[in-house]
Amino acid sequence: MSGLSKSPWQQAWQRLTRSKVTVAAMIVLGVMIVTCVVGPLLSHYDPNSQDLELKAVPPQGDHWLGTDPLGRDLATRIMVGGRISLLVGALATAVATIIGVGYGLIAGLSGRRLDAFMMRVVDVLYAFPFITFVILLVVIFGRKFELIFVAIGAVEWLTMSRVVRGQVLSLKNLEFVQAARAAGAGFWHILFKHMLPNVMGPVIIYASLTVPGVMLLEATLSFLGLGIQPPDASWGVLISEGAASMAVYPWMLIGPSVFFTLTLLALNLIGDGLRDALDPKSSLD
Amino acid sequence: MLRFLLSRVIQGIAVIFSVLCITFIMVKLKPGDPLESERHVQEHILKQRKALLGLDKPWPVQLGRHIANFATFDFPPMLKLPGRGVDEVIIQAFPVSAQVGLAALAIALTIGIPVGALAALRPHSLEDRASMIMATFGVCTPSLVLGPLIALVFGLKLRWFNASGWFDADDWVLPAVTLGIIYSAYIARLTRGGLRETLAQEFIRTARAKGASESAVVFRHAFKLACLPVLNFLGPTAAGLMTGSIVTENVFQLPGLGQHFVAAAQNGNDELTMATAAFYALMIVTFNLLVDVVQALLNPRISLRE
Repeated sequence: MSGLSKSPWQQAWQRLTRSKVTVAAMIVLGVMIVTCVVGPLLSHYDPNSQDLELKAVPPQGDHWLGTDPLGRDLATRIMVGGRISLLVGALATAVATIIGVGYGLIAGLSGRRLDAFMMRVVDVLYAFPFITFVILLVVIFGRKFELIFVAIGAVEWLTMSRVVRGQVLSLKNLEFVQAARAAGAGFWHILFKHMLPNVMGPVIIYASLTVPGVMLLEATLSFLGLGIQPPDASWGVLISEGAASMAVYPWMLIGPSVFFTLTLLALNLIGDGLRDALDPKSSLD
Repeated sequence: MLRFLLSRVIQGIAVIFSVLCITFIMVKLKPGDPLESERHVQEHILKQRKALLGLDKPWPVQLGRHIANFATFDFPPMLKLPGRGVDEVIIQAFPVSAQVGLAALAIALTIGIPVGALAALRPHSLEDRASMIMATFGVCTPSLVLGPLIALVFGLKLRWFNASGWFDADDWVLPAVTLGIIYSAYIARLTRGGLRETLAQEFIRTARAKGASESAVVFRHAFKLACLPVLNFLGPTAAGLMTGSIVTENVFQLPGLGQHFVAAAQNGNDELTMATAAFYALMIVTFNLLVDVVQALLNPRISLRE
């Protein structure tokens, strides 16, 4: 077969794009990102400028998704809010991935004692009521944008660290690592040259599944009034505003809800697709 | 069994202990003085009050007292709500959260398990595909989207229930349905995955080979093992549901624990913030312990010596 001459990554890409659902999800996500990044530049409206002549207009020609009670164009606000939601998703996932991979690699490669201790810590942390900590952090240290993704990233790394450690443990005693060690390779050499490339698969899978979780957490905080602060928008802020006025202006709830849910759906489907493509063993579920 | 239980209990106590310590430190790091108020209070009176509350002592002493209060279930009255202890608030709010949470759990299990099992028994059939597409939608629809939509349709438009508040006897329905639908999707996916994996194993083939009927194979042999992933998921989920989903309680304005926690954190009611966080931890630990025991009883391959 022609697949034999391809690199493992090329084969994975082939498996990924074979699933129509995954391809559709990638297209939806791509369109969503482009719309949110480019859309506001093309829009005639400023996301924060108010026009009280146009108070709460239902969706129509000039305002595709209507306006809010302050006369702000909802479509523009959704796109600008999407930038923040997507940015938090990406940055918080990066924070969580860096912490999780680092922790997992160290635990897996270090001795039995330290490993056992580090994993006990993870066990204990798993039972933590995290949403309460994130809320406390945000309440205490202020509702700053940077803090939100650091706080979220700092609590979402646990599964990642377990996955990485498991992978490292199973790799550690394989012949090629032992050969490298016998040839005199040091700790860092083994870590960067042999472990990191081999844990990339699971890391990518879990990172992709972390993104929607992180975005949901940001939306939850913003929904409760603890995240992004108005007049700035994120999808959580817009849904919260929509929920507050849904009785009279239902489009304010429906617009941002559709965007947010579609994005979460696309992200989850891409995560599932990646799992099937990169980890053929788990294709059962 | 005893050793296993003991190690889990110790781990649980470690969790609760660290939650108490960390929330205490976080609250102490907060800028501002808890006794600060609008009115001007004379210096010596302020000092006296501090001494009375023990706030003049060094942190470690205060932390020790804080933990001792929890260990003995003896809570001093709160600063922000004079005359009431945190235990009073929790005893009042917990039944609200627990009622909604239990109902949600019941809904999630009664929908999720049959749907997941049906999908697993007929892989790649129309039922399988349709239910898994629905489940994916359910998993991806957050409660902050579904909750307001349900409140809008059944509360404001159809007027079957109150859209928010805790007045009538049936006010638990809409929040419970919101949470139930979302969690049924998770449970359906886990049931399907668990059952399909179990049905592919050797001992099932043996059971079939010895002539057991299909229903006996599924119910007597496969189901016990297939439930394990669901059980695993149920531990933290049940704890979270019983103590109140923060978002859902906010959407439906329920006077449950979740609402109290957010309000306490925002108003700087430190005692209540710390107590609610500790109560959450206690519930999570308890449910995880329960799940561990049930899991060990169901699966002969999980040894209790760990």
